[in-house]
Amino acid sequence: MANPVYVVDGARTPFLKARGEPGPFAAADLAVAAARPVLARLPFAPSEIDEVIVGCVIPAADEANIARIIALRLGCGKHVPAYTVQRNCASGLQALASAAERIALGQAHLVLAGGTEAMSRAPIQWNHAMSGWLAQMMRAKSLSGRAQALVRFKLSYLQPVYALLLGLTDPLVKLNMGQTAEILAQRFGISREEQDAYALQSHQRLAAAFDDGSLAGEVEPLYDTRGNVALEDNGLRRDSDMQQLAKLKPVFDRKYGVVTSGNSSQVTDGAAMLMLASEEAVKRHNLPVMGELKGHAWAGVDPSQMGLGPVHAVARLLAARKIQMNDLKHLELNEAFAAQVLACQAAWASGDYARDELGLDAPLGSMDPARLNPQGGAIACGHPVGASGARIVLHMLHALRRAGGGMGVATLCIGGGQGGAMLVEAAA
Amino acid sequence: MKHLRQEHRDDIAILTLDAAGQSANVLSTEMLDELEQTLTTLAGQSLKGLVIRSGKSSGFVAGADVREFITITDPARATELARHGQQVFGRIAALPFPTVAVIHGYCLGGGLELALSCRYRIARDDASTRLGLPEVRLGINPGFGGTVRLPPLIGHLAALDMMLSGRALAAKQAKRVGLVDDAVPERHLERAAYAILRSDPGRRRPAWYRRLPGWMPLRPTVVKLLTRKVREKANAHHYPAPYRILELWQQDAGFEQEARSLGELLVSRTSHNLVHVFLLGESLKKRGKEGTHDIKRVHVVGAGVMGADIAMWAAHRGFEVSLQDRTPEILGRAMKRAHEFFQKQYRRDARAVQAAMDRLLPDVRGDGLKRADLVIEAIIEKAEPKQALFRDIEAKVPARALLATNTSSIPLETLSTALKDPTRLVGLHFFNPVAKMQLVEIVRGEQSSETALARARAFTTAIDRLPLDVKSSPGFLVNRILMPYLLEAVRLYEEGVPGPAIDQAARDFGMPMGPIELADTVGLDICLSVAQELAGPLGVEVPGVLRRTVDTGKLGRKSGEGFYRYDTKGHAQIPKTDATTSVPVTERLVLRLLNEAMACLREGVVQDADAVDAGMVYGTGFAPFLGGPMRYAESLGETGITHSLSRLAEEYGKRFKPDGGWSQPGLLQRRNSPG
Repeated sequence: MANPVYVVDGARTPFLKARGEPGPFAAADLAVAAARPVLARLPFAPSEIDEVIVGCVIPAADEANIARIIALRLGCGKHVPAYTVQRNCASGLQALASAAERIALGQAHLVLAGGTEAMSRAPIQWNHAMSGWLAQMMRAKSLSGRAQALVRFKLSYLQPVYALLLGLTDPLVKLNMGQTAEILAQRFGISREEQDAYALQSHQRLAAAFDDGSLAGEVEPLYDTRGNVALEDNGLRRDSDMQQLAKLKPVFDRKYGVVTSGNSSQVTDGAAMLMLASEEAVKRHNLPVMGELKGHAWAGVDPSQMGLGPVHAVARLLAARKIQMNDLKHLELNEAFAAQVLACQAAWASGDYARDELGLDAPLGSMDPARLNPQGGAIACGHPVGASGARIVLHMLHALRRAGGGMGVATLCIGGGQGGAMLVEAAA
Repeated sequence: MKHLRQEHRDDIAILTLDAAGQSANVLSTEMLDELEQTLTTLAGQSLKGLVIRSGKSSGFVAGADVREFITITDPARATELARHGQQVFGRIAALPFPTVAVIHGYCLGGGLELALSCRYRIARDDASTRLGLPEVRLGINPGFGGTVRLPPLIGHLAALDMMLSGRALAAKQAKRVGLVDDAVPERHLERAAYAILRSDPGRRRPAWYRRLPGWMPLRPTVVKLLTRKVREKANAHHYPAPYRILELWQQDAGFEQEARSLGELLVSRTSHNLVHVFLLGESLKKRGKEGTHDIKRVHVVGAGVMGADIAMWAAHRGFEVSLQDRTPEILGRAMKRAHEFFQKQYRRDARAVQAAMDRLLPDVRGDGLKRADLVIEAIIEKAEPKQALFRDIEAKVPARALLATNTSSIPLETLSTALKDPTRLVGLHFFNPVAKMQLVEIVRGEQSSETALARARAFTTAIDRLPLDVKSSPGFLVNRILMPYLLEAVRLYEEGVPGPAIDQAARDFGMPMGPIELADTVGLDICLSVAQELAGPLGVEVPGVLRRTVDTGKLGRKSGEGFYRYDTKGHAQIPKTDATTSVPVTERLVLRLLNEAMACLREGVVQDADAVDAGMVYGTGFAPFLGGPMRYAESLGETGITHSLSRLAEEYGKRFKPDGGWSQPGLLQRRNSPG
């Protein structure tokens, strides 16, 4: 029997929308900012942590094994090992899953896990032709050799490579993530209006959550070095309405598309970090228990319809645990795109989909919309890819606790055609 | 040999300096003798080179033995001492084979002069390595050949800058100016030393343009220019040493003149007083080190100027610090300030800046309290909010956390009533700006436990500040002594003496800043509130002009106007004045200060006269060349002071009434006088 895995604390930074230039924080800065207050209020020293596991999709060139950098900067000391995980949009969830497995197996008692991403700092690189030319230049010893190399230079070598754009494009089916959402919109007949309405609701729900103080326990102020403090996700549009959303042009399939920047998740910087503990650690340090991680599941789907990943992952997770969709008090489905969230709902409701794709006799049923992302999601707050998986688990634990405890699932679609889902149960 | 070890590796001799029974090497007469003896033997051997290094982890050689200095009153003996050092180092310089000093940690004064006598120097490149000639700070010139050997090695202007400022250089800087031949990490230190001995490229010479200012016909002009700069920093009457260094250089003086000059300066009052002040600082440090603090995490409540600076300074010194205040915006400003400070402190070392920022947690909720080992309160100066805060703090912190207040006026006994365990509360009274003012008053409340006080002292030493024990009484030591002096200045101002004339008088006496400008700098509102706080218990009268000025919103430098006007950069717009006054300005200012200092001593606010001196010099910058107010009073004599005070009391009122302490024998005696 596996050991129980508890979440004892956690925090996230406000998510900062990328404004087309490198933001003030590196990915490691963000994770440190999120985890520091958590470590400050927990009763054990950072050096007592067994392992640090961090999800991050595009760490900077000077952030190799970013988890180790974060661990050392947090004062865990040289003896605490750390590693970085990458499962695209679910990297943060993967970090929690890996940490949970270590604890379940009794191999660790305290694991700091989460995710971080500074998408605004994704590098812009030289292309291969340029690298080759630079190498020739370096090799040329003589003046004439250099001159020859110089002559071979072409202007096209200066064409930069945007790592972020490549990262958001499926390398095999050559579709960008927005285009995979367009496919789902077409397949499940989801209109532009339905998507915009969903997006608007996401903003309204997140604004309400900030206003009623229910995010105070999970979002830590983020201080830069110039005297500025971020308290809220700055991509949140309190003034948005259907007219404004309707005016936006499609960004991925420009001519006929329905997916706009308004009904997609935002490119942002942010981090979320959680402290996971075994039963023994909880007892030893008398830790406050927020809830329990009760298992997770991964599933693969067609890369060109990667947004359906959650449909399969959740089905697999619920089946393994013999739980019905309706038993869940809360579902956090990461809002990569409004079309993708609505497509998942449609797929769960569909008998054909259940039979043809999931091999089930009856559909799971869609989630009650009131219980689906009730405080908004990535469309309003942003989707720092490495961090989102950790954010939705952390947020759901807080929300469930406020509601008096209960079960919930956090799930994400994953670029490359996967889905991940994690079952949590919050303490009352 | 007691202080030296000698070994040979192939044809290279290695001398390891390792003073017996001490944590650092100092050039005692004994060590110099041993060195001389060893060098005599080595000179006759056929060697390929000599390595001189230190066996101490703390550093190479920290300098000559300062404690030997003050025992010397005869200039001829001091000169003889210098000649001896010169002679030993001369032997090193005259060795027929190459020599190299391998330097790590402190390499100061006589230590650097030893290294200079070697043909080569290799420094370990890390944060602890510091090379300098700080003699000028003790009122003397380098005396073991430093003034002769340094200029031709690194160039004249660089050498004069080092000797006149007393500034120590880091390894990389030393490499840049040519003071060392190479600066390498620990892993290459030995190999670099052997390499330079084997290649023996010849003693370094600076570039021609660095040698140029040393051309004899140019020297008078250079000296004239530098004298102007020195004068801004040090009054020639108070601090003769820098002027003497310039003189020696201008004359291209040799070893003998250097030794004679040292002899004269070493026995001067200035030097003895500066050494006294230095040793006072050392003894405060030592007292701090007697206890252990066992503190890793510090929580500071209140991110105003003081709280933010204390937090920033503790983070700079390696502690994990959380800083709490009511809003994130206040903390944001504190973080910005800290970042600017760290950037300046660590120059271009971005990682060091990041590490310091990572140690400083802005903490609105007070999460840091849960694991804090020390909590420092620095909120508004009002008893009730402070008591409420301490009640809250005590409920949250671990049982063995030390609690401290930075209050400057509220009795600890009042604050401690809020606590279940009042023994854990002490005062840690910092001075503004924390990064510059070395003193911290360790305030002992009636209820403070010895353990708590010892921890507070040890912590203060750990953050490289000087802990001074004071009793919890109004104004403690420093503010209490300073206040009558400041109020007297305000009174003089009220009587019509121009502010600049008052300030000039104080500066001529040796104060770092005039009292009128000081009041403006501290903030007139703060002066007023401290004055009012002290008015009752000490029976001082607050001049009306102070209140009136504050009432009109003129608060000093921070509001752009107080007694003076300030430009947008905060520079005082001081009107020129050559008004002469028949009022004895200096006497009135200084005697009120001395009289209050005596009152503190008599009442036992501090342990002894040394403590008064240490407090005033390190807490206010009181004329160091005078050695502190009590040292100065001693030189004037109790009778003379009493007489002058009585005269002033007759003319200006009873505030000058001589304190009872002046007629008590033995108060001025020093219990642990280093002399």
